Amino acid sequence: MNEYSLEIKNLSKKFGRRQVFNNINLSINENTIFGISGANGSGKSTFMKIVAGVLTQDQGKVIHYINNTPINSEKLLNHIGFVSPYLVLYEEFTAEENLIIFSKIRGINYDVEYTKYLFNQLNLYKRRKEIIKTYSSGMKQRMKYIFALIHKPNLLLLDEPTSNLDSEGKSTVYSIVNSFSKEKIVIIASNEEQDLEFCKDILHLENYK
Amino acid sequence: MIWKILLFVLMTFVSIAGISFPIVEKPSNWYEFPLIPGLGENAKIIFFHVPTAWLTVVAFFMSFIFSIKYLKQKNHEYDVKAYVANQLGIIFCILATLTGAIWAKFAWGAFWSWDPRQTSIFALLLIYGAWFALRSSIDSDEKRATLSSVYSIIAFFTVPFFIFIMPRIMTGLHPGSADDDNLGPVINFKMNENMQLIFFLSLTAFSLLYFWMWNLGYKSILIKEKLIKKFER
Amino acid sequence: MKMFSRAYNLFIKDLRSELRTRYAINALIMFILVAISVILFSIGNEKIPPQLTAGLYWVVIFFSAMSGLSRAFVSEEEKGTTLTLQLVANADIVFSGKLLFNLSLTFFINLIITFLYAAFFEDFVINNFSLFLITFFFGNIGLAISSTIIASIIAKAGAKGTLYPVLSFPILLPLILTCVQLTIFCFDGINIENSVYELAIVISYDIVMITISYLLFDFIWKE
Repeated sequence: MNEYSLEIKNLSKKFGRRQVFNNINLSINENTIFGISGANGSGKSTFMKIVAGVLTQDQGKVIHYINNTPINSEKLLNHIGFVSPYLVLYEEFTAEENLIIFSKIRGINYDVEYTKYLFNQLNLYKRRKEIIKTYSSGMKQRMKYIFALIHKPNLLLLDEPTSNLDSEGKSTVYSIVNSFSKEKIVIIASNEEQDLEFCKDILHLENYK
Repeated sequence: MIWKILLFVLMTFVSIAGISFPIVEKPSNWYEFPLIPGLGENAKIIFFHVPTAWLTVVAFFMSFIFSIKYLKQKNHEYDVKAYVANQLGIIFCILATLTGAIWAKFAWGAFWSWDPRQTSIFALLLIYGAWFALRSSIDSDEKRATLSSVYSIIAFFTVPFFIFIMPRIMTGLHPGSADDDNLGPVINFKMNENMQLIFFLSLTAFSLLYFWMWNLGYKSILIKEKLIKKFER
Repeated sequence: MKMFSRAYNLFIKDLRSELRTRYAINALIMFILVAISVILFSIGNEKIPPQLTAGLYWVVIFFSAMSGLSRAFVSEEEKGTTLTLQLVANADIVFSGKLLFNLSLTFFINLIITFLYAAFFEDFVINNFSLFLITFFFGNIGLAISSTIIASIIAKAGAKGTLYPVLSFPILLPLILTCVQLTIFCFDGINIENSVYELAIVISYDIVMITISYLLFDFIWKE
């Protein structure tokens, strides 16, 4: 089994003169659902982007480990599944085409069976051959989960996981989170109490100004 | 304080000497310059044109170095230093282009003839202009510094190509081009000792001026930023 | 090899997206037609020297590049898919994929421009075809490389459309000057041995630009 863990040391980020957060230290192991809470604009998305490796911090380190060996930043991308309100998929392509394209660019094999399973789980199988432009916001949010899971990552970063979802969508997400966390790591950033209920530990960003 | 006065005296002497010392065929007094064939009275502009052209290149090089340092360490100070170097660089570039054009009018009859060195200094002017245009279109401090550093570096690597294009364009009018036997007054030292002295004094004076202004410039920006930060609390 | 296939698939994605929506290519072809028409109208029945024809040829190439090659990065920013791309590919792959797209686009539109010039400009007679091929090949590569790296810079700035030619022109100037010179050589029928110096400039420009582009793109791409 591949053991995944995450270590964050002295993480700080500033935008211009505004200090977003300062000196975050964290250590997360497998089989965890970890929460990040904070009001709107408190830096949750910034934090998640830094952990995912798409934004650079001012100070500190984020180190991802697999079997206790650090992962090179070049190889990091396929270990991470990312869902965020800022994420946009290619609207001119169909859902299925998007996934095939991303698999090819990621350099992994497109698993037809697994994709079918995910489409069914997120209740999008019937609409998989339609272009994303025609999707509702709830469907787009559910599509983002398929995008995040298709390459079988070890770390799920969910920023505002239930935005735009109806109660059925929400319970699907919660069941995904639960089963995923049994062997891997989920980090949820949200200000919804319901989302954070599942979290073993919660970090409150206001404490790190 | 004493250095400022010294620099002022030096610049004044150089300016006066550069402009007013007469050019005669056979210099006999210490304040007379020899006549260089092909240049005549216009030779005096050498005291102003060459230093400004030289310094704009120095500024460009400094911007390049500080851009590399910024990308490596993301230290805001390097961005400020590069910024001030570019400010001075564009000023000296404009001066060099103008003095060059004036010289061209007297020596070759036209202000501008796309002689390769003229083209190069103009390209440098465009690079400076583009650099400032880029900076003014970015809001975020960090992004502005990063992107302008990258552009500085890219621009620096394209400039040497002008040096290689030049020799091939045979009918260059600039002193020192392919078909000019003269090789230029500086290299050939057709200047006598007095002229050389004034020339090197001018070069020194302008260089000191540049470094003094650069020093003052970046430090005052840093202080201003510190003060703004303090008063924001 | 795997890295190339990943970059290649990014290129295919851009290609398919463009073929599906045809936003850029229609406008680009119209731009070329308009630009060449303007020049032809301005010249009228006058005879222009071959040097001028060569210069005008590369002018149209330059401005067509400025119209079409920024799309590679600007469209991602405008659609909001930059973040998505950052999550699936690292800097080298992204640059390679975008460069591949811009290379194809450059060769495609410059072929069209060349045919139009050959058809409508009486002085556009290539007397040394192999020299022209070499110039065309390496010149377009240099054009694509520089245009791509500058496009990635302006995609992150404001005023993208106007800023693009402003930043690109000084960087491309050595290449354009030399290519104009080489084109004149092609008209005059000068053989390749005598053009070696200029060809060396173009090829070394390509090598220098591609090296520093790959080195610097990392800093542009990752925020």
